[in-house]
Amino acid sequence: AVRCFSALTPELKTTLDKVVTSHKVLVFIKGTKEFPQCGFSNNVVQILKSLNVPFETINILENEILRQGLKEYSSWPTFPQLYIDGEFFGGCDITVEAYKSGELQEILEKAMCS
Amino acid sequence: MAVTKEQVESTLKSKLNPTHLDVVDISGGCGASYTIEIASEQFEGKRLLERHRMVNAALVEEMKHIHALSIKKALTPEQWKQEEAQKSQASA
Repeated sequence: AVRCFSALTPELKTTLDKVVTSHKVLVFIKGTKEFPQCGFSNNVVQILKSLNVPFETINILENEILRQGLKEYSSWPTFPQLYIDGEFFGGCDITVEAYKSGELQEILEKAMCS
Repeated sequence: MAVTKEQVESTLKSKLNPTHLDVVDISGGCGASYTIEIASEQFEGKRLLERHRMVNAALVEEMKHIHALSIKKALTPEQWKQEEAQKSQASA
């Protein structure tokens, strides 16, 4: 019989629903805010720091189940993954692009004031 | 199993029918890291996140073997033309 393995169990989904809404701005990265362990994660951290916005990071290197589950939860294959107001915003390229165009600042302002 | 630049290109061509496609191997030859610039009519009316999702979805098999994928540009053919015009203006 064919079986489909999913890393995203109903329990993990419920947990992630809570986690992503626990902070206005949350990024799942490789490493920590202080020591990002990947250039792409570092880019997003530096952008958020430069915008002076409060944000939290979660290190996906410390939790393989979380790492695999998140890929399905976000329908996004790579990290970093930025969440704003509980909603998936994008990975590194999208964040950089939105930062350059000013769209990120607008969305963050809206989120912080909501 | 490594993924070649040609594989990435042919998959994107067949699934997204791009008017422009530029795949660059930034891995130094090991075939696991790419940047992509793509223009396709299928991006018409789609937000950036949706466009990136379309590229990721097209490469779902390849992604299993790709270490890093950077989508530098995902434009409509019209946007691509505008960017090219701006570029040539800037260099003139």
